[in-house]
Amino acid sequence: MIAIPYLAALTTYFSYGLLFAFGQIRDFFRKILDWSGSNNLQGYAPICVAHEDFYVRRLYLRIQDCFGRPITSAPDAWFDVVERYSNDNNKTLKRTTNISRCLNLGSYNYLGFAAADEYCTPRVIESLRKYSPSTCSSRVDAGTTALHNELEKCVADFVGKPAAIVFGMGYVTNSAILPVLIGKGGLIISDSLNHNSIVNGARGSGATIRVFQHNTPSHLEEVLREQLAEGQPRTHRPWKKIMVIVEGIYSMEGDLCKLPEIIAICKKYKAYIYLDEAHSIGAVGKTGKGVCELLGVDTADVDIMMGTFTKSFGSCGGYIAGSKELIQYLKYTCPAHLYATSISPPAAEQIKSSIKVILGEDGSNRGPQKLAQIRENSNFFRSELQKMGFEVIGDDDSPVVPIMLYNPAKIPAFSRECLKQNVAVVMVAFPATPLLLARVRVCISASHTKEDLVKALKVFDQVGDLVGIKYFPAEPDKEQEEDKIVKLD
Amino acid sequence: MASTVLHIVNSTLEWVTLALDTPSARAVVFGVHIGGHLFVEGLLLVVILFLLSQKSYKPPKRPLTKKEIDELCEEWVPEPLIPPITEEMQYEPPVLESAAGPHTIINGKEVVNFSSANYLGLIGHEKLLESCTSALEKYGVGSCGPRQFYGTIDVHLDCEARIAKFLGTPDSILYSYGLSTIFSAIPCFCKKGDIIVVDEGVHWGIQNGLYLSRSTIVYFKHNDMESLQNTLEKITAENKRAKQLRRYIIVEAIYQNSGQIAPLNEIIRLKEKYRFRVLLDESNSFGVLGRSGKGLTEYYGVPVDKIDIITAAMGHALATEGGFCTGSARVIDHQRLSSSGYVFSASLPPYLASAAITAIDVLEGNPALVAKLKENIAILWKGLSNIRGLSIASHPESPIVFLRLEKSKGSVKDDLKLLEQIADCALKEDSVFVVVTKRSTLDKCRLPVGIKLFVSAAHSESDMFKACESLKRFTESLLSNYN
Repeated sequence: MIAIPYLAALTTYFSYGLLFAFGQIRDFFRKILDWSGSNNLQGYAPICVAHEDFYVRRLYLRIQDCFGRPITSAPDAWFDVVERYSNDNNKTLKRTTNISRCLNLGSYNYLGFAAADEYCTPRVIESLRKYSPSTCSSRVDAGTTALHNELEKCVADFVGKPAAIVFGMGYVTNSAILPVLIGKGGLIISDSLNHNSIVNGARGSGATIRVFQHNTPSHLEEVLREQLAEGQPRTHRPWKKIMVIVEGIYSMEGDLCKLPEIIAICKKYKAYIYLDEAHSIGAVGKTGKGVCELLGVDTADVDIMMGTFTKSFGSCGGYIAGSKELIQYLKYTCPAHLYATSISPPAAEQIKSSIKVILGEDGSNRGPQKLAQIRENSNFFRSELQKMGFEVIGDDDSPVVPIMLYNPAKIPAFSRECLKQNVAVVMVAFPATPLLLARVRVCISASHTKEDLVKALKVFDQVGDLVGIKYFPAEPDKEQEEDKIVKLD
Repeated sequence: MASTVLHIVNSTLEWVTLALDTPSARAVVFGVHIGGHLFVEGLLLVVILFLLSQKSYKPPKRPLTKKEIDELCEEWVPEPLIPPITEEMQYEPPVLESAAGPHTIINGKEVVNFSSANYLGLIGHEKLLESCTSALEKYGVGSCGPRQFYGTIDVHLDCEARIAKFLGTPDSILYSYGLSTIFSAIPCFCKKGDIIVVDEGVHWGIQNGLYLSRSTIVYFKHNDMESLQNTLEKITAENKRAKQLRRYIIVEAIYQNSGQIAPLNEIIRLKEKYRFRVLLDESNSFGVLGRSGKGLTEYYGVPVDKIDIITAAMGHALATEGGFCTGSARVIDHQRLSSSGYVFSASLPPYLASAAITAIDVLEGNPALVAKLKENIAILWKGLSNIRGLSIASHPESPIVFLRLEKSKGSVKDDLKLLEQIADCALKEDSVFVVVTKRSTLDKCRLPVGIKLFVSAAHSESDMFKACESLKRFTESLLSNYN
């Protein structure tokens, strides 16, 4: 849990209060000005009532240039960011033809497969010529090619489960699988910081949803005992089934899930466990097989393993891995399998080839090298930032490194100053995180070299001093101390 | 013994009489004689007031002890995660070994392919493959991030501008998957308390979007304009006072479950009369209807700005993946920050966006493709209209030709079995690949099942002739066997 320093909390509340007050004053004047003007809605209700998008209009639009920056090259370690300008105070942004080459600390490129790769890209282009960019059909009609079957087998072997099923988009995987597995009369217990796709899938299923405190197995046990004793709401019938949903690495906190304890609890209370490895598959673990490998958990203990291919494999799509019967049942009823277009064949080939590289089956050592590189990079970056005095959260070995900002004014300040020095970072604020806890989220990649990270650290040091986010005292440099001691002598 | 008791009683009575007959007992206060009985009545009043002020009896609440909860947890038996596997669940679809064009290879044999929604025949088109290859070499495969966090590549912005220019709308927004387009757009605009009037034959994507939006949903009969009018009339009468209530009509241009075409001019007339907004799903009509392929609005000659929101999946005529939504600038800007499938998901891979741009360029450059598709549909319609036992349930101009059994065999399961047999025989013996409707257990649509054929502009006359002959032969033989 993040403990915000008292002074920072006070100033953050004050800043938000000020922004809110200004926003209300401007809304008031806008209402007066619009009173005289004609209303062109002609009897239709407005798409958005005034208070619903207050946050967007009065707070987000001020800092809109920090988000959605377009790029014109592959999202590799260094990329080209397009400059934009605005004539109407950030309400609309127009592209220019100027580009600046920046260090990429924001894309999900954990193993460096984002750009054209020497092993993967020729194979992808071959499969493009053979199968075309799309099959124009769902998997059950005419969308299953030999490539799709091979891919599913490859993914199942990599994850360590008997069978797997692949979909064209990670978000749809969660939204379409949960309603199939659990329905009305079931209970879903999900971590309080789960991703929006899981929340949507759980809502769409019709089951009752309860939340447990982030990464706290003792609270999970409490909730389970309470719910089992109470039964279904109002009728108190016993639950049909209980499913606990957790993620491998949480994308906004960068911390790993306490998987062994949670599995022990689920086994004791006979609940099913659903693990979403969107950020951890391919990025952690000795051979890249995810949190199960890292924490020493047997994959047979997790009932349903889900993941996406966007982050570590440089492609698109999602998968579900489980027992053969589970996958067969899903192929029979899952709406995403029956109605949605199958995954694009070149993307499928990219996943297959990147898995081969990671396992070392392409005949070179690049896979294990990449895995070692990302682990080294993340640990180095994290420890250096902590030494400088930044407040960094998340566990060791996780490639997601969030740095706390808290104050809303520091969000655009940090972002714009970093961009001036050619470092591109990602800011996360409300509503993706709680209101007070805005942060910078750095995603380390295996394609970052040591020089890149050192440059980034230098820039962060400068900008951090300028913006004032070094909430902890910096550790004095060891070399300087030794120098001082020598001089005294 | 008895005399002592009597003596005590007598003395008590004497004492009480004395007390009641004391001088104060004969006082007159405010004109009221105070008799001794007033004391008794006063005491009674005090006792009544005391009892009224007490709380009524409730048995005390005893929470369950730890041991009891342990016992409950031990006793509880969960349902298995999935129901037992039956035979029909073990269906394996045919595996393609080449691109899904008008002719494809299944199990080493070349078959005529009527199962891919490749309406304009753009699968395998040289220009598309070229633009994809150059995009792959420049950008790699994935975009590695959501649109807000460096996942916006210039091809995405170019694609959005191209689609908007082609359709004549102010702006458009690109989604990374066809199915998620519609079930993210609906909850973005429809919130709890709004009213949505929707056709009962819409596909699962729209049904899921409606469920997630938590609005009040009213269904009207499939493609029946009278039923729509009655429903709108009823709703307007019931909700006269609600001015902040948003009202929507959701229809598909060409229904995926039946091949019917929605009569847009009627819908526009009703929408303007009752002040509803229209959300149109043009997945199967974009690139197909209208003289230059602009969709249902061109087909009926309705100006495109009368429709509030148009969504479409690009996995059909444009032979690529993903989806888009187009409309006024207000509508599109709102989705960029509140549509969950856009904000919380990685963006479309750049090579697919460039494929979409090339596909629209090809479509705009040869409107002859649309005309050829129309011809092919007409030929197939004629050929299939005299099969005994099957009737065509779709519109004569729809590229999805939907064949239904004339007489149902009793249950949906039996119908499906028979239709699957026909499709199987057609594939194995005549190398004609057609599809039977498959419904998920979550699907609420109750329209009849049938055989679907997806017509493409790249099919030749001999292909269609072959399909008609094959279906005719097998339908007649299998139906006679059944009877």
